[in-house]
Amino acid sequence: MKLHEYQSKSYFNREDIPIPRSRIASTPAEAKQIAAEIGYPVVLKAQVLVGGRGKAGGILLVKDENDLDPAANDILNSKIKGISVQRILVEQAINFTQEIYLGITVDRALAQPVIILSASGGVEIEELAIHHPNRIIRTAIDPLLGLQPYMVRAMASHIGLDYDLWKPLLHIALSLWKLFDQLDATLVEINPLVITTDKELLALDGKMTIDDNALYRQEDFLELTDQAVETPAEQEARKFCLSYIQLSGHIGCMVNGAGLAMATMDCIQQAGGEPANFLDIGGGANADKVQAALRIILSDENVRAVLINIFGGITRCDEVAKGLISILPENTRNLPFIIRLEGTNAEEGRNLLAQVPNLLIAENLMQAAEMAVHAAERAMV
Amino acid sequence: MSILLTDKSKIMVQGITGREGRYHAQHMQDYGHNIVAGTSPGHGGEWVLDGKVPIFDTVEEAKKSTGADTSVVFVPAYHAFDAILESIDAGIQLIVCITEGIPIMDMLKVRRVLAGKECYLVGPNSPGIITPGQAKAGIIPGDIAIPGKVGIVSRSGTLTYEVALALKRVGIGVSTCIGIGGDPVIGTSFVDCLELFEDDPHTDQVIIVGEIGGNEEEKAAEFVVNEMTKPVCAYIAGKSAPENRRMGHAGAIIEGNTGTAQSKIAAFRQAGVKVVSFPEEIVSLITTS
Repeated sequence: MKLHEYQSKSYFNREDIPIPRSRIASTPAEAKQIAAEIGYPVVLKAQVLVGGRGKAGGILLVKDENDLDPAANDILNSKIKGISVQRILVEQAINFTQEIYLGITVDRALAQPVIILSASGGVEIEELAIHHPNRIIRTAIDPLLGLQPYMVRAMASHIGLDYDLWKPLLHIALSLWKLFDQLDATLVEINPLVITTDKELLALDGKMTIDDNALYRQEDFLELTDQAVETPAEQEARKFCLSYIQLSGHIGCMVNGAGLAMATMDCIQQAGGEPANFLDIGGGANADKVQAALRIILSDENVRAVLINIFGGITRCDEVAKGLISILPENTRNLPFIIRLEGTNAEEGRNLLAQVPNLLIAENLMQAAEMAVHAAERAMV
Repeated sequence: MSILLTDKSKIMVQGITGREGRYHAQHMQDYGHNIVAGTSPGHGGEWVLDGKVPIFDTVEEAKKSTGADTSVVFVPAYHAFDAILESIDAGIQLIVCITEGIPIMDMLKVRRVLAGKECYLVGPNSPGIITPGQAKAGIIPGDIAIPGKVGIVSRSGTLTYEVALALKRVGIGVSTCIGIGGDPVIGTSFVDCLELFEDDPHTDQVIIVGEIGGNEEEKAAEFVVNEMTKPVCAYIAGKSAPENRRMGHAGAIIEGNTGTAQSKIAAFRQAGVKVVSFPEEIVSLITTS
C-alpha cells in the first residue's frame, strides 16, 4: 500500500525529520488560504500515487496570490497518468544548493533491508544508477540489529558530505529506519533531501510503501486505503479477495494461481490476442467467489471472449463449474466461454458443464488460448 | 533417491488441527505414510488421522518423541513467523511453509536466523515438495507426477502442476518437484535446489519454472554456467504482464533492468539453458533415456 506524499510527511514530522511548512487542500480557495498562512512563494504538488508527476505538470511554483487560482485549478482539474487529482499539497518554496537521495528498501537478492544514499538526488537518480552506480552508496542492514550510526557516518563520509551535516543526516536516517521497521514499510524514500541555502537538511518529498501482508498489525492504515487508484472493478475484486488487474485487451481470463494466470496471459498473446485482465482467484475458491470473478469479467465492455483455466489443487473444479453455471444468465452479450479444467474433481466439473450448451471445452492451455483468440475475433466482426 | 524429501523423511505438521492442516495431513499420509506427528498448542495428547498420529503442544516435544526431521507449516500468517522460528530452534532439518501472506520483515528476520544453520526452509507461500512414489510435504496433488529422473523447481504452484502433468502424460517421471514459493523473500532459492539436483545421482536433468520479479532466475543462470553438468531447461511466466505500477526509485536502483521476463530469458539463453514459450512445450526438451 502506497502512501501519499502528505501522509509520508506527517510521519516524517512525527519523527522530527525536518520538512517544509505545508498543508493539504482540495479546492483553490483552500489552497489560497493555506498559501497566505505559509507565505509566498509556494509550490503546489498534486497528490497522486504515480511516479513522474513533476514531468506531467503536477508540480507548479506560485510566486504570488494572483497566480494561485489558475495554477491550483490547472492541477486539480488535471489527470496524471490517467488518475484525477483530488488533493494538492501547498508547500513553502525552498531555496537549496544540493539535492541528496536517501531511502531504505528491501533488497530481495540479499534478503536484507538496504539503506541508499547519493550526493546527487532528484529526478535523475535512476539514470545515475545505470551510468554511475558507484556514486550511489548502499549498505545492508541486519533486520535483527537495525541501522547503526556508524553505517550512516561511513556513507556520509563516502559521499563527501560536509561534516556539519553529519549529525542531522544521522538523525534523519535513524528516524527513517524507525519508520521502516515500526510501520512494516517496504520503502521509505526522501528524494530529494535538500541542503538549503541556510545549510540545513530538509525533506522536500516523501514516499512510503507499506507491506500489504502486514496491514493486519498496522492499524494506522486501515482508514487510509486510497481507492482513487483502483477502478470500480478492482475495488469489487478486493472485496472478494481476488487478485485482479484490468488491462486493455479483449479476452477476459479467470485462472487459479498467479503464475498460471501470467502463463495464460502469455499464451493468449502468443496465440495473437491480448488479455483483458489478470485475474487470480487464489487457492480453494468456492462457487460464490468464481461467480464474483466472472461477474467482474463480464462487466468489462472490452471483453469479447472469456477464458477459464483452472488447474485444481486445493481448488475443486466442480465448484468452479457451479460458479460458472450460476453466472451464465448474466451473460447478456452472449460472450463465448472457453473452459479448461484439470486436476482436483476435473471429471465432475466437466460432467456438470456437459449439460450446458455453447461452452467450448479445451484440452490444454495452449489450445484454450487459441480457441479464445478465434472466438474473440469472430465476436468482433 | 531424490532431494530434500524421501520415504525415510519423518514429517510433522504444524497447525494440524486447522482445516487446511488436517485435510492436507491426511493426503500426505495417504501418499507417503510418513506423517509422524502434528503440533497445535493446547491439543497435546490428542490423536488425529484415524487416531494414528499424536499431537504435541510444541515442536520440541514432537521431535523428541517421534524423531520428526521435516515440518510442514500450515498455521495462519500472523503465527507463521513464530512457527518457523520454533522449528528452526528445535533443529528440524527441512521446514516447508505453505502459509501465504507473511509480512516481508518477518521473512527478513527468519533469513538472518537461518544463516549458517543446517536447515532448509522451503517457502513461504509454497505448494510444497513431492518426491513421486515416496512422499509429499504440502499441497501438491499426489497424482500429477510419476517417479523418474527429471527434477522440477518452480516459483509457482499451479504452473508446477501444469509442467509435472505434461511430463506424466508422455510417460516422463520426476525425481523431486519443489515449489520454492512466490513471495519476494523466501528460504530456499533456485540455486540451492540446482545444487542439490546436481549432486543427486537420480536426477538427470532439471526444469526451472520461473516468473517475473526479483533476480533469482538470473542467479540460477549464472550457477548453471559455472557449476552444472546436467542439462537444464526453463519456462518463464509473465512476458505479457503490464509494467509494475512502481512508485519510488529504490527498486530500480537495486534491481536495475533485471526482473523482467526478457532479462530472465536472455540470461538463461546465454547460459545455454533452453527456454520454451508455453508450459506444455517443456516436454519437447526432455530427453528420455
